[in-house]
Amino acid sequence: MDTFVQQLINGLTIGAIYALIALGYTMVYGILRLINFAHGDIYMVGAFVGYFLAFQLGFATGPSLVGLGVVLIGSMIAAALVGMAIERFAYRPIRKYARMTTLITAIGVSLLIENLFVARLGAAPRAFPQLLREQSYTLFGNAAISKSQILIFAVSVALMILLQWVIFKTKVGTAMRAVSFNLNSAKLMGINTDFIISFTFALGSALAAAGGVLTAQYNPQIDPLMGIITGLKAFVAAVLGGIGNVPGAVLGGLLIGIAETFVVGYGQNVGVPTTFRDAVAFAILILVLLFRPTGLLGSTVREKV
Amino acid sequence: MKRTLLSLGLIASLLFVFACERKGGPGAGGNSGPIVIGYYGDLTGRTSNFGQSTKNGVEMAADEINKAGGINGRQVTILSEDDEGRPEKAATVVTKLIDQDRVVALLGEVASGNTLAAAPKAQAAKVPMISPSSTNPAVTQVGDYISRVCFIDPFQGAVMAKFAANTLKAKKAAIMLDFNSPYSRGLTEFFEASFTKLGGQIVNKQSYTQGDRDYKGQLTAIRSTNPDVIYVPGYYGEVGVIAKQAKQLDIKAPMLGGDGWDSTQLWDLGGDALNGDYISNHYSVDDPSPAIQKFVAAYKARNGNVPDALAALGYDAMMVLADSIKRAGTTEGPQLKDAIAATKNFIGVTGTISLDSERNAVKPAVVLKLQDKKYIYVETIYPEGMSAPATSPAAPATSSTESTTAPGSSPANPGTAPAPAKAASPAVETKKPAASPQ
Repeated sequence: MDTFVQQLINGLTIGAIYALIALGYTMVYGILRLINFAHGDIYMVGAFVGYFLAFQLGFATGPSLVGLGVVLIGSMIAAALVGMAIERFAYRPIRKYARMTTLITAIGVSLLIENLFVARLGAAPRAFPQLLREQSYTLFGNAAISKSQILIFAVSVALMILLQWVIFKTKVGTAMRAVSFNLNSAKLMGINTDFIISFTFALGSALAAAGGVLTAQYNPQIDPLMGIITGLKAFVAAVLGGIGNVPGAVLGGLLIGIAETFVVGYGQNVGVPTTFRDAVAFAILILVLLFRPTGLLGSTVREKV
Repeated sequence: MKRTLLSLGLIASLLFVFACERKGGPGAGGNSGPIVIGYYGDLTGRTSNFGQSTKNGVEMAADEINKAGGINGRQVTILSEDDEGRPEKAATVVTKLIDQDRVVALLGEVASGNTLAAAPKAQAAKVPMISPSSTNPAVTQVGDYISRVCFIDPFQGAVMAKFAANTLKAKKAAIMLDFNSPYSRGLTEFFEASFTKLGGQIVNKQSYTQGDRDYKGQLTAIRSTNPDVIYVPGYYGEVGVIAKQAKQLDIKAPMLGGDGWDSTQLWDLGGDALNGDYISNHYSVDDPSPAIQKFVAAYKARNGNVPDALAALGYDAMMVLADSIKRAGTTEGPQLKDAIAATKNFIGVTGTISLDSERNAVKPAVVLKLQDKKYIYVETIYPEGMSAPATSPAAPATSSTESTTAPGSSPANPGTAPAPAKAASPAVETKKPAASPQ
């Protein structure tokens, strides 16, 4: 039982990170019908901005909550700017062409970011400074939860509530929903769609950057290629929950995280090696596409060709 | 999709290399002019601390040789290539060093997987290769042009098993291995065999792959079996994080590892979580022997940091190669490889180096305790005959075989073997209190 609860906590922790990243995929898809493959790399950019901020501002010397807050918000702002720049210079000029063009551009942008970072900083992993004094608490007998895990839960839940509020209670959120229904009609209603699209990229990128900094507190190893697999899994999470659906992305992220951890924790008992942890996400993707292409919470497809 | 692009790029670069004809380079044949030696290692990838340290050691040795007048009057030039820690890249850069730069000998790699990828190229081209620190047994089995100056995994795995069973009195061990690394799999195999022979039990075995970001699933499964020790034969990048996450899960059992842990970055990643863990290694910087202290001081002056074992092995590999060229009197591959294989009682920083019939060095290993960013010397464990290590639980009883099968590491060479003042007790295990950090 202890072990089960512990594995559940482990799974929810990485699931929360997948959920934060999946939100960006799903929001961009919702308004542009574009799979932004560079989104996983924004998560990496967020972690690296946090790394450099921590060193530049002198927070790397010891744990400090203020430092963590500054680093977290700073990297979210920086990533939002990067996300907006990518949209402005890579996607907007080709928005009028076939959707495949934008998809391939997204892959190109992803490779560009990764290789720029490798070229500038090298592929060697770096150690993210510890900004949170690490401590573990025991629940239910023997299940341990660490401060960094609590931080991941707390910050991701807070950000998700904030996002929900932005989407449903603010003017810009209403505009976002309008754009996701129909871009052209929204434009005819006087909505500045370019701004809304830019804003959506900023929002999604900020969430991914938060994911990057939070992960780096939990696992201090960061490298320029860290966004590839994590990004792909978050994409699977978005598809699993129903791409374009915001609560679906959160649900999908948590489910992928738990599935992955259970494969590692219990797979050996039924003959599944732990190295299948990455395969399980993609097996889920295939099953979802075969049996429920709209995802768990997705509505019926409104395919616009 | 990214994978496809990546592999297309790789194929293109491989084709390019194969398309290049073997043309006269700076090191082309002859017995005059500088001796060109190729070094390849991971200078920018996931294990770049390894490659950089080894390169520093190799270059320092070459500088000392050149200052002393070179080898048989010829200066030494080191050409370095970066393999980014990838096996396929290692094969490519070694082909380049052989075909384009026409090096007379090769030094590298650290990670066994990368050496295994490059060794067949050197063997086919009849260019001798000395690996400073690849410990997987298969490395020198590639062919008679491949040798090494470090001990091998059957010994290193047995050392930790023996330490766990005899010194830590551990009964139950769990293992967490790097699934795709020949180094990690080799150590696991031999640790497991020795530990069970010594009466211990392996209660759980988990695996991860390089680049994983979360290890709590495996660690939770390990925790539920309550092991006395956890053996983690991996590389520093992953191990530091594993140690940290193990402490977050409140796992109190010490972790044991091998020479793959030895890196300054280990501490950046693991921090205090590493305190109380143990590793087996090639030498200890705290060793008071003058040979080692002279090396440590010279390395510090040159590179500004304390040399890890990989720097010391890189230094030794270069020195053994220079000594072999001197003895061979030529840089022709066939004669040079015979001279390397004939290395006997060479006094190196990491101990006295003698190559056995498989071209593996027969040397003792040290066990170090990790505490507050320092590696504290605990004890030295000697080989009892490399073919069948740790066969008897009554380890000291087998010590009589030691001096015959492993002359290079016998305690008759004071001053070079890591533990001093042991001439009186030729036991398999020699203990010494922790030396004070310098």
